[in-house]
Amino acid sequence: MNSVAAIEQTAGRGAARAARRRLNRPQPGASGSSTAWGADRRPSWLSYVLLGLVLLISAYPLWFAVLLASSDAATIARNPIPSLIPQGRLLENIGLVISSDINFWPALWNSILVAVITSASVVIFSTLAGYSFAKLNFRGRGPLLVFVIATMAVPTQLGIVPLFIVMSKLGWIGQLQAVIVPGMVTAFGVFWMTQYLRDALPYELIEAARVDGCSMIRTFWHVALPAARPAAAMLALFTFVGSWTNFFWPFIVLGPTNPTLPVALQLLQASYFKDYSLIMAGVVVATIPLLLVFVVAGRHLVAGIMQGAVKG
Amino acid sequence: MSSTTARQRLSRLDVRLSPYLYISPFFILFAVVGLYPLLYTAFVSVHDWHLIGGQGDFVGLKNYVDVLGQQRFGRALGNTFSIFLLSSVPQVIAAIAIAALLDANLRAKTFWRMGVLLPYVVAPVAVSLIFSKLFADQSGLVNTLLATIGIDPIGFHSDRLASHLAIATMVNFRWTGYNTLIFLAAMQAVPRDLYEAAIVDGASRWRQFWSVTVPMLRATIIFVVITSTIGGLQIFDEPRMYDTLGLGGSDRQWMTMTMYLYELGWGAQKSFGRAAAVAWILFGIIIVIGMVNFLLTQRIASGDAPRRVRKGARA
Repeated sequence: MNSVAAIEQTAGRGAARAARRRLNRPQPGASGSSTAWGADRRPSWLSYVLLGLVLLISAYPLWFAVLLASSDAATIARNPIPSLIPQGRLLENIGLVISSDINFWPALWNSILVAVITSASVVIFSTLAGYSFAKLNFRGRGPLLVFVIATMAVPTQLGIVPLFIVMSKLGWIGQLQAVIVPGMVTAFGVFWMTQYLRDALPYELIEAARVDGCSMIRTFWHVALPAARPAAAMLALFTFVGSWTNFFWPFIVLGPTNPTLPVALQLLQASYFKDYSLIMAGVVVATIPLLLVFVVAGRHLVAGIMQGAVKG
Repeated sequence: MSSTTARQRLSRLDVRLSPYLYISPFFILFAVVGLYPLLYTAFVSVHDWHLIGGQGDFVGLKNYVDVLGQQRFGRALGNTFSIFLLSSVPQVIAAIAIAALLDANLRAKTFWRMGVLLPYVVAPVAVSLIFSKLFADQSGLVNTLLATIGIDPIGFHSDRLASHLAIATMVNFRWTGYNTLIFLAAMQAVPRDLYEAAIVDGASRWRQFWSVTVPMLRATIIFVVITSTIGGLQIFDEPRMYDTLGLGGSDRQWMTMTMYLYELGWGAQKSFGRAAAVAWILFGIIIVIGMVNFLLTQRIASGDAPRRVRKGARA
């Protein structure tokens, strides 16, 4: 902890001197239960109650979907507030959704394909660019990195009209590559990997590999890529979630014949708008894969957001 | 001899060109699917252009005049800003409050943090389908609950402002937890000594929060607001899925700018020229707001913040 230095920077020399003095003194109020904010503060029962409430709000809508998905249209119409225990029709309703005419299996396969390919490609290209920006010397490095960061503020979604024209000239309308290719590398990914590799990869390792006669790309492959692994895994996770939940562009360019899951959900809504049990069954099956990812890797999502916040 | 010099030359070329080669995928892709389409949008917007028929005559600013003259344009612009304000302001406040609860020595820390992030893995389309049922005008859960405490049913679909509230709730549901974790990280980066100094000076917990924590969060608040502005003004998924027709309601009461763009280009009119004009106008609005944000940020960052912190530390 270098907090005295931090105070000197943020609050000036006088405050730092005072802080240094305080460090040598016994901690005031160290025995009290509600002394200060931060990691040492002992929370009261009220904190737990409030957090429980927050958790309830973030989980209930999902549970609501499960409840409706395990019910039937007539029951839902009779009870605006569903009983808290699911009824037994969940699997039956999911079966109906799968066998309906929304192309469920192709949609699931398309979603998996797009999310996996996009994540892999974003990780590879972002790590390459991040390594270059963080560790290699070349003319224009600073301005080019600033440019990359600035593009994050460009609302590229507004370019869809020409993008659609280009895709139709290529004959890609309704084809998966129309969704995959535009997302193959992102400014966020490049920035993220640059930030990480700047601290995580010592120059000595690169130099050692170069002295051993490695070419640039071999150095990247054997030194930079292994060092980048933790950040790359997080980037892959976020890209996967983003790709899986993406709707606007796939909706426009893929259409109903070759949908991803969110597009299929829209079709489901359009054809079964009277039966909420089926619509919610669709919501449940489309969400389960990401819930599994969340259970397995949710802590990494949490860590990723918190690290990105400090650095970004 | 000559072979070694050739290899050396190759190696030098490798060192000089590789850095550019590694960053080139981003720049090529951004040029092709980002920059070029945005600029080309301006070209399309001054032409008669049909979804199927393709490029027609040059018409100057006619598409802009047509669009700006339509009542729906003003409606869509108003709806977009209304939904954006209803989703961003309460969300930042709630996220800071929840982060303050999490910023403590909790039991099962990871459990609570994952708990607030849960909605993030639900696709906006799915969120909208769930909430359109919760907020159904008749026999919706929210209206039924309101009835039990004696409040008349609210037209969450029929009433303009109420529909904005419902859609903003979906955005808040999905993103509050995400932003909470960003604020939590920023809170944990606040030097402990600042709090200790405040305690020595007898500041209450409430005072510490307002005079130490909140000023130290300023940069993070600006970051969150800027990122949510860029996304929020382009909102499409939630309002599109809020009813079956996807036009933004019978009176277009919750049609957003991006929905309007979609309707012009891919709906009944199939006019890419007009859709491009809307895109370019919205692009201009986002850029202007971005600039204002940037200038505000500069002023706050250079002048106000450190002084506030010092005051807080002494308080």
